[in-house]
Amino acid sequence: MSISREEVQHIALLARLRLTDEEAERMRAQLSAILGHIAVLQEADVSDVPPSVSILPPIETFRADEAAPSLPPDELLANAPEREEDYLRVKAVLE
Amino acid sequence: MTATTHAPAETDYEIVIGLEVHTQLLTHSKMFCPCAADYADDAPNSHVCMICMGMPGVLPVVNQQAVEYTLMTGLALHCSIPELSKFDRKNYFYPDLPKGYQISQFDLPFCQDGYLEVEVEGALKRIGVTRAHLEEDTGRLLHRTDAYGTGFSLVDLNRAGIPLLEIVSEPDMRTAEEARLYMQKLRSILVYLGVSSGRMEEGSLRCDANISVRPRGQKKLGTKTEIKNMNSFRAVQRALEFEAARQIEVLRAGGRIIQETRGWVEAKGITVSQRTKEEANDYRYFPEPDLPPVHITRAWIEEIRAKMPELPDARRERFISDYGLSPYDAAVLTDDRAWADFFETTVASVTTGDPTTRAKSVANWVTGDLARLLNAHGQEIVTSKLTPAGLAGLVNALDAGTISGKQAKELLERAFATGEQPADIIAREGIAQVSDVGALETVARDIIAANPKAVEDYHKGKGAAVQFLIGQVMRQTKGSAKPDIIQPILVRLLDALKG
Ligand SMILES: [Zn+2]
Repeated sequence: MSISREEVQHIALLARLRLTDEEAERMRAQLSAILGHIAVLQEADVSDVPPSVSILPPIETFRADEAAPSLPPDELLANAPEREEDYLRVKAVLE
Repeated sequence: MTATTHAPAETDYEIVIGLEVHTQLLTHSKMFCPCAADYADDAPNSHVCMICMGMPGVLPVVNQQAVEYTLMTGLALHCSIPELSKFDRKNYFYPDLPKGYQISQFDLPFCQDGYLEVEVEGALKRIGVTRAHLEEDTGRLLHRTDAYGTGFSLVDLNRAGIPLLEIVSEPDMRTAEEARLYMQKLRSILVYLGVSSGRMEEGSLRCDANISVRPRGQKKLGTKTEIKNMNSFRAVQRALEFEAARQIEVLRAGGRIIQETRGWVEAKGITVSQRTKEEANDYRYFPEPDLPPVHITRAWIEEIRAKMPELPDARRERFISDYGLSPYDAAVLTDDRAWADFFETTVASVTTGDPTTRAKSVANWVTGDLARLLNAHGQEIVTSKLTPAGLAGLVNALDAGTISGKQAKELLERAFATGEQPADIIAREGIAQVSDVGALETVARDIIAANPKAVEDYHKGKGAAVQFLIGQVMRQTKGSAKPDIIQPILVRLLDALKG
């Protein structure tokens, strides 16, 4: 089980990581090894096991639709890297 | 509502349209946290907590009402509701998405394989609904420029986490008009169900379209473009007419269509290519590990089915059969639930005439004068100062002959402006039409007898004396008798005296 350097760079881009060629090669080897380990699971015989979407049992009841107070903006924005009035301020994003 | 403008489709190309509609659900709280969902006009970031802010370590909890509204919509759209459903993570980075992923539904949506019907040129056309699933809305970004001309963005997360229902249609529409009709019908259903405010202009109801064209007879679909930023029914139709024509033109010139997202520019009446995100559509969906899957019990489905309100199609048919309305009036009155409610409440309070006359009369007032006033003042029927009880009082007085048609129109305008009950205005001001000539004659005789001086003047040829006597009669009848009716009566009586 191995993945290509291009796949590593693609995944890095999706994760907003910039990798040098050297780092990408190291990741390629490590990720390939991880995938190899996980691939062991494919050997298990699951023909008798019904498919499942989750390890958690399904729920039938939920949160009642009741509103409660939110955080005060000062508390909410206390850790914001940049703030303008009660907004978070970020680098320009254009649609 | 919107008239068909021009038909862009020449006969050698077929247009294929599918719509993706998003609506915020009218819950009290957000999808996965208890922040208040009604944030309109509130200060930025005033409805945000650790959960909808995406702080590490917090856990989402599913809002029951949001699921119920989703299932109710699914039932109204004839969808099948699987017993097992789940939430998934859709991963992408954008500053309006604080967690770096949106909780959505991927392969097990709440609702699948439904349809809705629209009337196209007198015939019913069925449009398939592929799926309807529940997700969370994103925050809002405001784009600004600082004093040095550098752009920056401000983030308001009040909207982040509002329950959002996405309804995806099959590519079943063949004209821009059909797309608009689908959108209008869907909005009508959502508003009837009480799950959506249906406000496209405010963005609580949104519509994106996938559109392609292909030579007629060709099985394979053409390359599609995705059209965004259509903020009204009219915009949906205009944008898709433009885009279809554009694609056909490109193909005719020997070019090819590029798969891309295009934005509708309302002011220019065109679609323009939007910068495509290179990594678009690589969302790496995976099951949301913070939420267990959901079991939709059949008992719950039946409970929801039992409390579903009457839907627009059924109500339209009932208005035709029960009230004897024309299909046109019935359609106009039932398109919007608030109008249909106003009509029915009014009819129930009218006491005069037979049921059909009553209904016809109320329908005329609602779709005529009231609609005109609402439109002229940019008001909605739910906030109209003229209430159903007010209109009923007016119709009662008109049918009883207490007031004339002209007086009724004036009273309607006054009631619309002030919120006073027309019946109260009639009682207080003694407005009543005296059209009974016999009754007027009695009054005129009394006035003549009480004013010998004026009578004498008249007989001496002073025409102005008649005006004085008319004024006296009007005062006596509190203005309900019109001068042009009084004058001939007075003249006849005066001339007879002279004779
Ligand atoms: Zn919250």
